Amino acid sequence: MSLRDNPLGELKVPLTWGAAVALIVAAVVAIAFLVSDRRETFQSEAYGATRRASDTVLGPVGDVLSAPVRWTGAGVDTVRGYFFAVSENRRLKAELKEMRQWRDVAIALRDTNDRYRTLLGLRTDPPIPMVAARIVSDSRGPFANTRLANTGEEKGVKAGNPVMSENGLVGRVIGVTNGASRVLLLTDTASRTPVMIDRTNARAILSGDGGPNPRLDYLRGREPVKEGDRILTSGDGGVLPRGLPVGTAVKGLDGRWRVVLASDRTPIDFVRILLFEDFTQVLNQKQLDVMPVPPPTQGSQVVGLVPATPAAKIAPPAPTPGPAAPGTAAPAAATAPKPPPPKPATAKPGASKPVTPKPTASAASKPTSSAPTTATPPASARPRPPVEEAPH
Amino acid sequence: MSAVRSLEPWRWIGVPMVQLLGLTVLFAIPLRVFGLQLPEPVFPMAAAFAWAVIRPSVLAPFAVLLMGLFLDFFWGGPIGLWALCLLVAYGISLAGRTMMAGQSRAILWAWYGMVTGAAMLIGYLVVMLDAKSTPGLVPLAWQYLATIILYPFAHRLIEMFEDADVRFR
Repeated sequence: MSLRDNPLGELKVPLTWGAAVALIVAAVVAIAFLVSDRRETFQSEAYGATRRASDTVLGPVGDVLSAPVRWTGAGVDTVRGYFFAVSENRRLKAELKEMRQWRDVAIALRDTNDRYRTLLGLRTDPPIPMVAARIVSDSRGPFANTRLANTGEEKGVKAGNPVMSENGLVGRVIGVTNGASRVLLLTDTASRTPVMIDRTNARAILSGDGGPNPRLDYLRGREPVKEGDRILTSGDGGVLPRGLPVGTAVKGLDGRWRVVLASDRTPIDFVRILLFEDFTQVLNQKQLDVMPVPPPTQGSQVVGLVPATPAAKIAPPAPTPGPAAPGTAAPAAATAPKPPPPKPATAKPGASKPVTPKPTASAASKPTSSAPTTATPPASARPRPPVEEAPH
Repeated sequence: MSAVRSLEPWRWIGVPMVQLLGLTVLFAIPLRVFGLQLPEPVFPMAAAFAWAVIRPSVLAPFAVLLMGLFLDFFWGGPIGLWALCLLVAYGISLAGRTMMAGQSRAILWAWYGMVTGAAMLIGYLVVMLDAKSTPGLVPLAWQYLATIILYPFAHRLIEMFEDADVRFR
């Protein structure tokens, strides 16, 4: 029996409807991917096995494809170096002369800093280890600004590590696999970087928007920034170390403060991945989250009501109170505001009040006054009666 | 031998898909000459538009989905973003297919520009919700311009396969 003879043979779903159904199914799949995506988190597992696998494949592919560009660039540099050697030499000599002056200043500042640190007993940050990597692919669109570097977890790179070019901060690592790292640039819409203005020490958040110049958001203070101010990482939050160069401030066409990135001065081909880990990333969070349980109360530490007889046996005898006249007790307390000696609350509760008054302002100003009211401690400083702190 | 020569999916879906993804990878080379970088057009947009114009197909939406997911993985953006944008472009083109039939090249180019704009608007809104920040309009405009000048690729694809299957004339 042929298909045409089949009674259902004429029942044909229009192809447009089939395409529409397929479109809806594909759109649902895309939305499901979109909803479950968490690319900007610091959790390495959130990056996903699929992303890692694709980076593993795309890293060497990008490396091969960008090889002619590197060779061409190296050839151009060689030719340029040959023809412009004299002018380059002249420029370098002038730069060296200026750098020597800066070197002397730097040595003097380092010496001063060392002395200050010694005086203050500062615990300085250890040097940050770093690994070099080459950028093999680059995305520059409005919705994603990332780069693929050809160094990965085999060199100890982790998600969150800052990435720098020779001029300044480029971004941070958001995904690592064997042989490749995905770098989220400062210009990406998902990028938020805590920065500070070097001149005023004002804080801001550097927010990418897909363009070449990210915005300075949440600026505080009156005129905290002006044109040409140097922007550095603030180190707030512990994700990035403090003081990495980011760029210079400029007023954007939209009237907002933006940053011309220092890393944009030259093409980013080689980068340094700082294997930086802040103490908040190193410490054991679970251990911190554990609430310490106080030890069982001992007899001498009990503050509340306890039977009088055993407490009297355990505790040392209370010192004999001084002269009963409060007027004589007040100057003594005013001139020597030491904490009272530990005393069992139950030994002689009645005697504790005149002996341990804390000096008030009036008592201190009138030490010779014999009025008993000057010796009365303020309500907050008065020893509480034991009944208020009954054991739970 | 059959009188009707059917259009094989690999010819009008498979080969263009590989070509466009190859171009995408090629344009992601970190090349910078005199401070200028390569543009970053959305190459698969041409295929998403052309496939809907050529003929309705069950395979084409899934091919569009695959291309979008590739873009997301390759560019490092939110997974599903470009897949959704390209599917929106495909859906609009499929819905307006009857209106586009027999139109001139300029009108089809205008349609392509409108479809690309709608897809990027969806992308803009999704990124705004995802990153809780508005992407810049200038880079968006640059990518839009770089993408709509790709229409000749789409037109060539349409011309090659529009009449390839007599059943869809």
